[in-house]
Amino acid sequence: MNPPASDVVPLLELRGINTHYGPVHILKDIELAIYPGELVCLLGGNASGKSTTLKTLLGMVKPTTGQVVLDGEDVTAKPTSYRVQRGVTMVPENRRLFKRLSVKENLELGAYLRNDRDGIARDLERIYEMFPRVSERLSQRAGTLSGGEQQMVAMGRALMAQPRVLLMDEPSMGLAPALVQTNFELIQQIHESGVAIFMVEQNANMALSIADRGWVLQTGRVVLDDTAAALMSNPELRASYLGG
Amino acid sequence: MLVIGLLAFVAQQINPTNPFASWVNPDANRLTGPALRDLIISGLNLGVMYGLIALGYSMVYGVLGFINFAHGEVFMVAVMSSWITSEKLFEAGLWEDFFIPSLLLTVMIAIVVSTTTAVVMERIAYRPLRGSPRLIPLITSIGVSFFLQNVAIGLFGPGAKRYPQLPEWLTARRTLLWIPGVEVEGTKILVLVVAGVSMAMLWYYVERTKTGKAMRAVAEDKEIAALMGIDVDKTIVRTFAIGGAMAGVAGILWGLLFRSVVATTGFLPGIKAFTAAVVGGVGNLGGSMAGGVSLGTAESLGPLLLLEPMGVKGPTQLKDAVAFVLLIAVLLFKPSGLFGERLSAEDRT
Repeated sequence: MNPPASDVVPLLELRGINTHYGPVHILKDIELAIYPGELVCLLGGNASGKSTTLKTLLGMVKPTTGQVVLDGEDVTAKPTSYRVQRGVTMVPENRRLFKRLSVKENLELGAYLRNDRDGIARDLERIYEMFPRVSERLSQRAGTLSGGEQQMVAMGRALMAQPRVLLMDEPSMGLAPALVQTNFELIQQIHESGVAIFMVEQNANMALSIADRGWVLQTGRVVLDDTAAALMSNPELRASYLGG
Repeated sequence: MLVIGLLAFVAQQINPTNPFASWVNPDANRLTGPALRDLIISGLNLGVMYGLIALGYSMVYGVLGFINFAHGEVFMVAVMSSWITSEKLFEAGLWEDFFIPSLLLTVMIAIVVSTTTAVVMERIAYRPLRGSPRLIPLITSIGVSFFLQNVAIGLFGPGAKRYPQLPEWLTARRTLLWIPGVEVEGTKILVLVVAGVSMAMLWYYVERTKTGKAMRAVAEDKEIAALMGIDVDKTIVRTFAIGGAMAGVAGILWGLLFRSVVATTGFLPGIKAFTAAVVGGVGNLGGSMAGGVSLGTAESLGPLLLLEPMGVKGPTQLKDAVAFVLLIAVLLFKPSGLFGERLSAEDRT
């Protein structure tokens, strides 16, 4: 573990997590911690348990043993909505917008648990500024947008929940190659506004180039845990993920 | 066939001695203007009630993806409970002396009972089956339907019950203000107005409120809806409750109009409302209402307008056949319903 500073309390933490789907042991003794304002990434191949890790953080999957800790509080038994309200939000894989709802309604649903009208209006404005193209299409059905625009709406929707940590599941999946770069720039932009980012990516090169730290997951076990720079130069990782 | 029937009808109306009018059926009754108008009004009346029930099918289908065949019984429960309430009020002498408060009380009780029935049904019969293949809750719903029917027979016996008489001023034929010369029974106007208001309220709720938005989000993607912090179970219960309330409104209107109820009252209107939902496009709320109205008018006008000029004997007994022919025709030519399905298969998980 390389925490940025030893006296800072992690924002979100997994302690000794084991998860089973029926008889299948998916996650094995996962330990990880995300600190405020960090940009970290979780790498791993197919079926390595990346998505399950995300779902465990959000409470969409209940672990067999271990704890999920948010701000020092054990939230293992708490529902997803409780965690969302306390600043954990996810941009799901493949964006998963509500395709038949309008773009505006999608953004408003991101703020479902908030009741501060003024704050919501302010955040909507902020998102329109950040993504001017989205603001031109507010009354359009979200399903009619292009992939890149949908990605913007998905990020906007997540930001509407006022997250302190944003979980991103395969943000560059299904995007045109030209958009992948823009997408990572957006992620950095959100990160610079003070939101911690936990990113699950297959595009290890790109992810490590913007991340502070990273973990590598293999068949449900954390096999590497280091700074991004160290991971980039790790010969094992280079061989399996970074293409030599 | 439809064309010949319609042409024959038009020919009759233009000139009864027209040879074309008697070409197919020389004995056809000539429909008079007022009779036609009454048929349209009855058709609309039936139609809005089918539409109100159809909303329950549609909403549950939208959110859970299965047809709740017990929904017709929720409607029956509403007709039954409003019968009991009005009968008790009548015995107490309140029905005649204080008609409006009694009616309001009856309406409230009917809606509360049908809403409760729908919610309890979801809790006991469907929630434990959440996540199982869609065929399983479907079959369960047929079982729930039989169960409720037989409970009603067990409690109230198999015979038909009569509602107490309605006051004269309500049933009297009145002129519709905006169409001079058109006289319609007051009850039928009431049915149309109440159904219209309920529809408008539902539309506002689903399209304009935060909980309505949550409901549409749950219908589209439960996992992501939960990620937004929406309580999915609560939203599903709410959907059943609103469907039940709409069936409750339809039930009390049915009671006022036909003033009779049996334990199997829910069956045929239930199936017709299901047909209406399919005709309009299951999962589409506006479509359900439109489907209901087109089904109601088709069923009311079809026999005398099309079948009789064509020489079919006893055409009014074939009204159910007309309704189901419409269902088959829609399924053959536009299986997703006249207004399309709001939720396509690839969007559900």
